[in-house]
Amino acid sequence: MSPTFEELTIGQEIGTRSIDVTRQDLVKYAGASGDFNPIHWNEAFATSVELPGVIAHGMFTMGAAVQLVSDWAVDPAAVVDYQTRFTKPVLVTDTTGTDEAGAVIDVTGVVGALDADARTARIDLTVVAGGQKVLMKSQAVVKLS
Amino acid sequence: MSINPDLQGRSYPAAEVYDVGREKIREFATAVKASNPAHFDVEAAKALGHSDLVAPPTFAIIVAQRADAQLVQDPESGIDFSRVVHADQRFTHHRPIVAGDRLVAELHVDGVRAMGGGAMITTRSEISTEAGERVATTTSSILVRGEGQ
Repeated sequence: MSPTFEELTIGQEIGTRSIDVTRQDLVKYAGASGDFNPIHWNEAFATSVELPGVIAHGMFTMGAAVQLVSDWAVDPAAVVDYQTRFTKPVLVTDTTGTDEAGAVIDVTGVVGALDADARTARIDLTVVAGGQKVLMKSQAVVKLS
Repeated sequence: MSINPDLQGRSYPAAEVYDVGREKIREFATAVKASNPAHFDVEAAKALGHSDLVAPPTFAIIVAQRADAQLVQDPESGIDFSRVVHADQRFTHHRPIVAGDRLVAELHVDGVRAMGGGAMITTRSEISTEAGERVATTTSSILVRGEGQ
């Protein structure tokens, strides 16, 4: 069931999610999005441009983090506005051939603001990987019935 | 080569049409680890009142980054793609993107600011249907790192 505006309060948690990421996921995202910057799939290239290693596309992290909100809203089209700042790279280690994740992204969503006229809720996402907040001011505005 | 400060205020007209296909929505949704049925199952999308599969909230990045490519590839811009770091991103949806949409994007360079040896560049894509209906506005800032940054 979709959430309704009246049942929400500021500070309320809408849920949490833990996302496992592998190098293969980054290759898939590159193909799906058309962003083939080699810093997202080639270790030698990434280090040659002074990065610590292969990093996730910021847009992969942003796109995966909002799934918590899409599923909570039931209709993904209810997410009418979504923004973030990319503060820290998500380093994805090479775990090819194992069942291990190369990185884990933890997402928590909290109701940050409510607009009674527009009947929208702003969901503030906390997105952490490797013990650091990797997104800041990550906010999704959801239109409610 | 440094970033051309005259880029600010420049705009690039809508180029080729982007055809939103069902399989691309499914592929993109899978790539961002979405499982919402409205991205995969036409009947589920219709049950929510949509005409066809609904794109995930960040799908418009495909269209926006194609528009951005015009700037990055513009020999006058001075942007080295390998030194580009995404700084921030916003999507404002005027209406949902659904399979079957034919989208065009007009790119605007809203800001160019020197930062150390590099620059922060803010762009905005106004995405609409080929017929002119407004669909989404995306804004993006990229940091082009200078040497040693």
